[in-house]
Amino acid sequence: MLGFSWLASCKPEQVADVPLEWFDINAFLKIADNGQVTIMSPNPEIGQNVKTSMPMIVAEELDVSWDQVKVKQAGLDTGIYTRQLAGGSQSIRQGWESLRMAGATARRMLMEAAAKQWGVPVDEVRTDSGKIIHGDKELGYGQVASAAAGIPVPEEVELKDPKDFKIIGTPTKNVDGKKIAKGKPLFGLDTKREGMLIAMIEHPPAFGMKLKSLDAAEARSMPGIRDVFSFITVPEGKEKQRFDTNNAFNELVAVVGTSTWQVMKAKKALKVEWEQETPLESTSDHINALNDLVNKKSDEPSRKDGNPESAFRNAAQVIERSYSAPFLAHNTLEPMNFFADVKDDHAELIGPIQTPEFMSKTASQVLEMPEDKISVMMTRMGGGFGRRLYGHFGIEAAVISRKVGAPVKLVYTREDDMTQGTYRPAYKVTYRAALDKDNNLVGFHVRGAGVDGSPVFANRFPAGTVKNYLAEEHTLESNISTGAWRAPRSNFIAGAEQSFLDEVAEAAGKDPIDFRLELFEKAINDPVGEENDYEAARYAGVLKLVREKSNWGQETPGVYRGVSAYFCHNSYVAQVVDVVMENNQPKVQKVTCAVDCGIVVNPEAAINMIEGGTIDGIGHAMYSAMTFKDGKPDQNNFNNYRLIRHQESPAEIEVYFVDNGIDPTGLGEPPLPPAIGALANALYKATGKRLYDQPFEGQALDLG
Amino acid sequence: MPTYNLKINGQRKQVEVDADTPLLWVLRDHLDLVGTKFGCGIAQCGACTVHVDGKATRSCSTPVSSLEDKEVVTIEGLSENGDHPVQKAWIEHDVPQCGYCQAGQIMNAAALLAENPNPDDQDIDTAMNGNICRCGTYIRIKAAIKTAASYQK
Repeated sequence: MLGFSWLASCKPEQVADVPLEWFDINAFLKIADNGQVTIMSPNPEIGQNVKTSMPMIVAEELDVSWDQVKVKQAGLDTGIYTRQLAGGSQSIRQGWESLRMAGATARRMLMEAAAKQWGVPVDEVRTDSGKIIHGDKELGYGQVASAAAGIPVPEEVELKDPKDFKIIGTPTKNVDGKKIAKGKPLFGLDTKREGMLIAMIEHPPAFGMKLKSLDAAEARSMPGIRDVFSFITVPEGKEKQRFDTNNAFNELVAVVGTSTWQVMKAKKALKVEWEQETPLESTSDHINALNDLVNKKSDEPSRKDGNPESAFRNAAQVIERSYSAPFLAHNTLEPMNFFADVKDDHAELIGPIQTPEFMSKTASQVLEMPEDKISVMMTRMGGGFGRRLYGHFGIEAAVISRKVGAPVKLVYTREDDMTQGTYRPAYKVTYRAALDKDNNLVGFHVRGAGVDGSPVFANRFPAGTVKNYLAEEHTLESNISTGAWRAPRSNFIAGAEQSFLDEVAEAAGKDPIDFRLELFEKAINDPVGEENDYEAARYAGVLKLVREKSNWGQETPGVYRGVSAYFCHNSYVAQVVDVVMENNQPKVQKVTCAVDCGIVVNPEAAINMIEGGTIDGIGHAMYSAMTFKDGKPDQNNFNNYRLIRHQESPAEIEVYFVDNGIDPTGLGEPPLPPAIGALANALYKATGKRLYDQPFEGQALDLG
Repeated sequence: MPTYNLKINGQRKQVEVDADTPLLWVLRDHLDLVGTKFGCGIAQCGACTVHVDGKATRSCSTPVSSLEDKEVVTIEGLSENGDHPVQKAWIEHDVPQCGYCQAGQIMNAAALLAENPNPDDQDIDTAMNGNICRCGTYIRIKAAIKTAASYQK
């Protein structure tokens, strides 16, 4: 009998690439007999590049060359991984230690296996790019992987000196880049299984309304439709996770059928009656209520230093300004969706989720099934920005799957997605600054209000730099649901604060960078108070770097510049925005960014992220808003919700990093907040008008 | 339901769907070509861009009934091995962040370069303005289009 070897049909060079056996070294990596390495990427990938940069950290300490490495997305496994979550710009910062240890302990085990084989002490062997070396003897990792897998995991290992890093700090391309360019299935929406049905939901048309009655007859009789029904996502009495309570619409109507278009058509044919449950709010109500709050003294200031009342009473000059911003939708370009296949004894959930562990826990409650019978797999996500922290859509898919007894992919239309809520809250803040006769800042007062929470960070700059300081905060309750949106609170307050400081510097007759540096100088030498949430020297560092790199102070005719700096998510970013007038309209030509995020793991992706965050900040401040009339969103798709587009994008963004060797800090969020202040300050120089209310479009363009 | 004979990525395909079914859902649901993305459904974001007779077309708003005798090319058919100059340039510039819009961006860019092999900044801005990138990779997209243009020379 002739045997068939599929290897025989491969070209010789391919055969060498095909491993025969893999050996699990630890939860993060396995090594094949031919030396190939598979590194698991445990965290959800939302476009922040963790699927590339986190495995880079493992590979560095393992001491392999990056082209030996294949990366695989891990599913949720709380038994072996910690913090499988994308949020707060923390994946790299909090994973840094454990990822390094995973690589370093594996390297040590390989060294021990080789030393044993050679009969030499382990401290006499070294490694180099996937090889273990002793004198003139060499073994590839693949040759000892089998033995290494049986070596006890060392508890303490030596980590590399950062100056010896070869992979960390080297620009490295996205591991999914080729697949993305070829249109390969990577995203939740691309999930397909045998017998899978498509589901869509209909939620109330306005915040404050709920389902009254459903007439499903016509929709149910339409071609391709399996079922139409209403359902409760998380029933009363079930334990909820941290991000479950933001959902405004717990009772929904589901339409389930065999193809997306048929389901979309049946959804339009639904006859649903809704009824009012709570007040129907309009944007004018929010504006009025927030105005009232910023005019109201707080009984319990969140911080008070010195004697602000007296400082303002005795000031030579008092500057007072108010700033506002509207609700924003996240608008991930991939709308909310999830796959669920719920059987009697187990459930499989697949899709885009920033918080898989919370989804697993809530699904366990709702499906009344132990967590070990529920699997959650994260797909690459078509954007996150905080939206997919709130995994109600996965639970909805699970409930629908259970009801129809089939695997289901739930798909939100853009309209469902944009009008569902979980918005960046609307905010308002009033600042007051007191200058003495020598133009020193002697008093500072911030009073902020926002929907579901104030935007003020009482202990951030300029707290600590001003002797007399007062921070007050108010919250406006609303039934319009809100959630974390890239750089929560900072995404508003940074723009307001940095615009205000620009105006104060101008009133004091000082250069805006010099003015800020004077304050940081004070915070370094003689800080006010003890609870200041920033390092003044690093803050000043990015300002000095951006001053140098942007040639600040060097005037170019027709170029109008604004500067800003902000600290959030453990990192410091300063930006200079250059605006030019084109056809009598302001356009951002260039942004210069100085960033202190410690060690930069993957400079290619980090620069991409900073470019994106900067454009995101400029775009939303300039163009975007969610507004409401009687609880109903005025915007529901990209024809009426403006996002920044190609023509409006800055032509150029330059990025400079502070090289300080500090362990990495956040990067997904920090570049966004300061961009708004730098933009507003540059628009002022271009147009002569200070902008206080976002979005700026219209106000800025009227000026010409 | 009517039957439609389509030519997609050089292959004859037959689908039985409602006449008003958008090409997007024919591709994604019936032909397993999921590289073409759903973003808005109303031709406002460009994520669903394909080529119809060589022209960049929003598949979410193109009914299947309008496509008989037309040549449709999707991201999967832009090149056999993912080596179209635009795809190569996209990898070279490491354009994507989340990556969701990029198939549409690439298809639009390829159609632009087929029509105008040497686009300047203004040409690129105008041709690409209908394609939203929520992550803000616009600068890299522009640079990649210029690189792709140089590869074509």
